[in-house]
Amino acid sequence: MKQLISFVKKEFNHILRDRRTMLVLFGMPVVQLIIFGFAITTEVRNAKIAILDNSKDGITQKLITRIESTEYFDVEHSIVSDQQIEEAFKSGKIKLAVVFQPNFQNELSHSNKAQIQIIADATDPNQATTLTNYISAVVMDYQNELIELNKPPLTIETELRMLYNPQLKGAYISVPGVMALILLLVSAMMTSISVVKEKELGTMEILLVSPMKPWLVIISKAIPYFILSIVNVITILLLSVLLLDMPINGSLFLLISMTILYILCALSLGLLISTVTNSQLAAMLISLVGLMLPVVMLSGYAFPIANMPDALQLLANFSPAKWFIIIIKNVMIKGVGIERIWKEMLVISGMTLIFILISIKRFKIRLQ
Amino acid sequence: MNNEIVIKTDKLTKKFGDFTAVDEISFEVYKGEIFGFLGANGAGKTTAMKMLIGISKPTSGAASISGFDVYKQTEQIKKNIGYMSQKFSLYEDLTIMENIELFGGIYGLSYVEIKARGKNLIDKLNLQNESDKLVESLPLGWKQKLAFGLAILHNPQIVFLDEPTSGVDPITRRQFWDMIYEASHKGITVFVTTHYMDEAEYCNRICILVDGEIKALDSPEGLKRKLEAKSIDEVFVMLARSAKRTE
Repeated sequence: MKQLISFVKKEFNHILRDRRTMLVLFGMPVVQLIIFGFAITTEVRNAKIAILDNSKDGITQKLITRIESTEYFDVEHSIVSDQQIEEAFKSGKIKLAVVFQPNFQNELSHSNKAQIQIIADATDPNQATTLTNYISAVVMDYQNELIELNKPPLTIETELRMLYNPQLKGAYISVPGVMALILLLVSAMMTSISVVKEKELGTMEILLVSPMKPWLVIISKAIPYFILSIVNVITILLLSVLLLDMPINGSLFLLISMTILYILCALSLGLLISTVTNSQLAAMLISLVGLMLPVVMLSGYAFPIANMPDALQLLANFSPAKWFIIIIKNVMIKGVGIERIWKEMLVISGMTLIFILISIKRFKIRLQ
Repeated sequence: MNNEIVIKTDKLTKKFGDFTAVDEISFEVYKGEIFGFLGANGAGKTTAMKMLIGISKPTSGAASISGFDVYKQTEQIKKNIGYMSQKFSLYEDLTIMENIELFGGIYGLSYVEIKARGKNLIDKLNLQNESDKLVESLPLGWKQKLAFGLAILHNPQIVFLDEPTSGVDPITRRQFWDMIYEASHKGITVFVTTHYMDEAEYCNRICILVDGEIKALDSPEGLKRKLEAKSIDEVFVMLARSAKRTE
């Protein structure tokens, strides 16, 4: 126990004295979260749009007011004809146009049906989809109110609902992603680098000659990063809730337990990396290329997994981050309990076990 | 010096594939002795030492350290030895005192013992004003002396030093050897590898290793007499002439 305490103390000294490490540990999560939460987002605000009202009746006016009152759109009032719309699209002045059919209110009250044409600039398909979804949502909202007012009810042509994330908030995607990324990076990369550093400096040899058990060395290396990761999780969660309005709909206890499981998985992965390499540079490259890229590309964080080719979808299964993101989304946003995520939990536990077993097998007590 | 044997090897061999790094070496080291392992770079000194301290498994042969077998009882061996490696043995980003506390802790010393022995070591090295400074700020010679002090902090039976003075200036080397003598007087056996011929003269007995084999083993005086040489340097040149390995 005394060995462990002395060693953990030493590790903390290494970490706290190295400004770069501290920056990676605590600066990166905050910066990432803010960049991904605010700057890089699928959310669109103040998009320039045009509204062509060919009917000019009570209902179209109300709808236009609604559209205008959201923060997502900025209506160009100067555009009043089809031709101008075309012109505006070409020059990139507007991203979307809403066209009401003539006699909108009449059509709606007589045939229970009326048409709104939504035209979007699909050169940026993501943005186009997001914008059309926003408009549809506003229209749908209004329709629902009409149903309540008018009895017998009006027929509804389409139904569109944005489950769980009606405003399509960017944070809902980025918070689980950033958490998966940061924890993997901190736990796996930093741990592997810190173990390999001892090999590189030659101090590992001194430790192996000492009566301290090799597994104790490894555990002592992992403990500080485990603690710092928990601090990171708390920071990320606080920022998400206070700054990005992210809800925690499920149990906080479940969320934290799952996160701890994931941290353990990442730590064991870091140990595995440290057993296959002897230089800090190699450890960093393996962590960055081998862990970060898959997390960003394959975990469903940046690109939806369902849209990937089969081979990549299969590959995505090997990233613990994929499973962790599913768990986090389910617990934080949908608020489900353990009964809905136990499969993902088992996958991560299994991976952790495998990483640890391989590490133990590979960790050489005798150097040659 | 007494005749109690603390290190004993019998045809100890280490092969890496076809390459025989250490070839059937057999020798005995007595308690309190300063035993020098002399050889050119690549002669197998470090490899031999690594087998003795339990971080390299011998290919064949036998060896025991303080009566413990190098194959099966590495844990007991580790408790009884100190080690200072060729590479640097201290943590540069920790202070002198923190390094002392760490190694004391690893070797299971009590808080009181660490305090007392740490103070002793710092006084001996005249580092009273530097004890809270990072090790990286010390000159190399002082680092090496401190590293040696740490290697024997837990009063081991044997201390293994792998080229402890390489790169250190002659005056500091002399001071370093004073520390080695002091340890030896306290009954600690010193096993040291070196390629400095003048250092070999300081040892009680030296063992000259050429291409993984023991070419000579005797006191410096004995070797010089036997080969009618004026210095160990001359002895070494005579014996190592046949060496085939170069780095």
